[in-house]
Amino acid sequence: MPVDIASSATPQPGDVSAVRVIEPSSGWLPLRVREWWDYRDLLYFLTWRDIKVRYKQTLIGVAWTLLQPLVTVVLFTVIFNHLAKLPADGAPYPIFFYAGYLPWQVFSVALTRGSGSLVMNKELVTKIYFPRIFIPASAVLGGFLDFLVASSVLVGLLFYYDIAFSARLFALPAFAVLAALAALSVAIWLSALNVRYRDVQYTTPFLTQLWFFATPIAYTTTIFPGAWKWLVGANPIAGVVEGFRWSLFGTEFQPLILISVAVVFGLLATGLVYFRRTERTFADVV
Amino acid sequence: MSSDHQPLAIRAQGLGKRYRIGEHAAYGALRDSLANAVIGPGRRLRSLLTRETHDDVRGPDSIWALRDVSFDVQRGEAVGIIGRNGAGKSTLLKLLSRITEPTEGRVEISGRLASLLEVGTGFHGELTGRENVYMNAAILGMRRHEIRARFDEIVEFSGVEKFIDTPVKLYSSGMAVRLAFAVAAHIEPEILIVDEVLAVGDAAFQKKCLEKMGHVAGEGRTVLFVSHNIPAVASICDRCLLLDEGALVAAGPVNDVVSTYQRSLYTIATRKANLTDVEHYGSGAARFTSIDLAFRGADGTPVPLMRPGGRLGARLRIAADAPVREANVALVIYDAAGYRVIDANTASAGSFLSLGAGQRAEVEFELLDLLLRPGTYLIGLWLGRGSIEDIDGVLYAISFSVEIDPEKTSHSETFPGVYQCRYEHTINIDGANAVSGTRPPEDSALPVRSDVGRTSSG
Repeated sequence: MPVDIASSATPQPGDVSAVRVIEPSSGWLPLRVREWWDYRDLLYFLTWRDIKVRYKQTLIGVAWTLLQPLVTVVLFTVIFNHLAKLPADGAPYPIFFYAGYLPWQVFSVALTRGSGSLVMNKELVTKIYFPRIFIPASAVLGGFLDFLVASSVLVGLLFYYDIAFSARLFALPAFAVLAALAALSVAIWLSALNVRYRDVQYTTPFLTQLWFFATPIAYTTTIFPGAWKWLVGANPIAGVVEGFRWSLFGTEFQPLILISVAVVFGLLATGLVYFRRTERTFADVV
Repeated sequence: MSSDHQPLAIRAQGLGKRYRIGEHAAYGALRDSLANAVIGPGRRLRSLLTRETHDDVRGPDSIWALRDVSFDVQRGEAVGIIGRNGAGKSTLLKLLSRITEPTEGRVEISGRLASLLEVGTGFHGELTGRENVYMNAAILGMRRHEIRARFDEIVEFSGVEKFIDTPVKLYSSGMAVRLAFAVAAHIEPEILIVDEVLAVGDAAFQKKCLEKMGHVAGEGRTVLFVSHNIPAVASICDRCLLLDEGALVAAGPVNDVVSTYQRSLYTIATRKANLTDVEHYGSGAARFTSIDLAFRGADGTPVPLMRPGGRLGARLRIAADAPVREANVALVIYDAAGYRVIDANTASAGSFLSLGAGQRAEVEFELLDLLLRPGTYLIGLWLGRGSIEDIDGVLYAISFSVEIDPEKTSHSETFPGVYQCRYEHTINIDGANAVSGTRPPEDSALPVRSDVGRTSSG
């Protein structure tokens, strides 16, 4: 069958190849990375819509991004430092807490907004084709942009407490990326699961609270005996939190960071496989 | 099939899609029945762990929404797709636009394809008109620089220039639709798939859009157009496909297919299903052997299509192998999501069925004022004695569809909900009556409107 492709327009999204074949798929499916690239503008717009809509009809708008963590720092400093007298590895408690809370926020967005994102965007999923992964990815990206804004508070605290700069600081962006990847892996898993099992959306509020206290944010891992520390590393975001503190205050480098890194990449890989296998029926099930 | 020298835009071969009945209710099913609450979670958890990918739709609880559909579309052709509700039109479009994956068969598509299954996908009320244009165009596959280049043209086409920086939630529904369609009309795919979207908006704007689409078809772009609006299909399309119960039953020049369609509407007025070789449950002392449906209007006259407010006649035949004493006969209507909408049974009306071995019975139900919403419904049958005994049950005996009544609907957008009723409404502005009406209108007051130029009163 001759197919005239000479007249086709310049490459466009959805025009990955001249002839597209649609048929039932099975087994291991390749990730359509090329397609992600073709649709990249949509990822931008989805993220942008997410942020825009979030701060519409608010009085102080994006300032919430700063106000929320600031209030949390004050609360936790009063409760855990002044009242409970938790140790902070020698660093001033507010900055010790904030260095953990900042990457945690990226992760908690994935748990809360990311997990429900596909169901929330049901009308898109059932009415139009685009790489479905952009939906949880845009939720995480939105959270990551909040993180960048809220980082300015960290910079302020660094100056205020006169924390010495060191070469370890160059590792900080890598840990920030790790935070985003940890968030992405969890958002991919939970959003896809939530399409079929709405149980997920009833679980995430508890899960988020539990996960917060299971992560060494308000406290330090030095309170754990050796063997338990390894278990803490199984928490993908724990390594990020420890990594932040290590690069900021030069606390002892915890081997649990490496475990977390492995867990993040493991979750991401399995999440992508699960997502790819289930996304073809999202529109039927959601 | 295709001639060798004409390039094909779409070639579909043996396309089929099977859905699990109640698929959409899968997550809500927990609260639906006690049995499900007990069996459901365990089974689902197990299926998750055994890495089933949840699209295993084999088994008695699945239906083919589309089966063995093959057709070719030449480049530059405008093809209409018609058929009753539930015929598989939307499923076909969803397969072609990759929203869902086929269960079998394959499609080859050459060229950039854009599908408009809805006007304004991704529109958000909190965003301004301008922001929504960018968002919506990106969803339809446009790149940022393309949108920027066409932005002014889009806004001008929509006629909402003055409000372009106002949040869309403050727009009238007509304005929002116009803006959304303007975006859709300016994507320039090689293949455009359109589903019923022209059914919204005011008459003048509909006409403008039809012209724009006709223009699109004239430019050598391939158009697939699904609509209930036969005159619109006829004015845009060269060729037409007719679907019925998931199968392609006719393809050819628009006028031929449309007349086949209209004839077919009358032959399906009575529908019958033989129940001897479908799956039954229960003790089997007696069995349902067949069901006949008859569609009637509110006044009882036979009609070709079931419309909201009409009557549904159902005649069930039962054959007893062993004696049956004081049994209840029930006819249950489920909606497409698997929810039990209606349960009509003889016991509620105070009568019971007793049969001797070898006896046959005929039970007739006439459901009056059936204000079901347009859509596809399934009928299940049950014969038994309360909670004591299931004698015979057929989960899904037959399906039927309730069609939109174009003459009684001034706004053909579909609204969610399970049930509809007749209602009256009045709107007072500054103390004076501005609008009042009844829906659906009384037959005597039926406004006669043409199909294309229908105006919404909003």
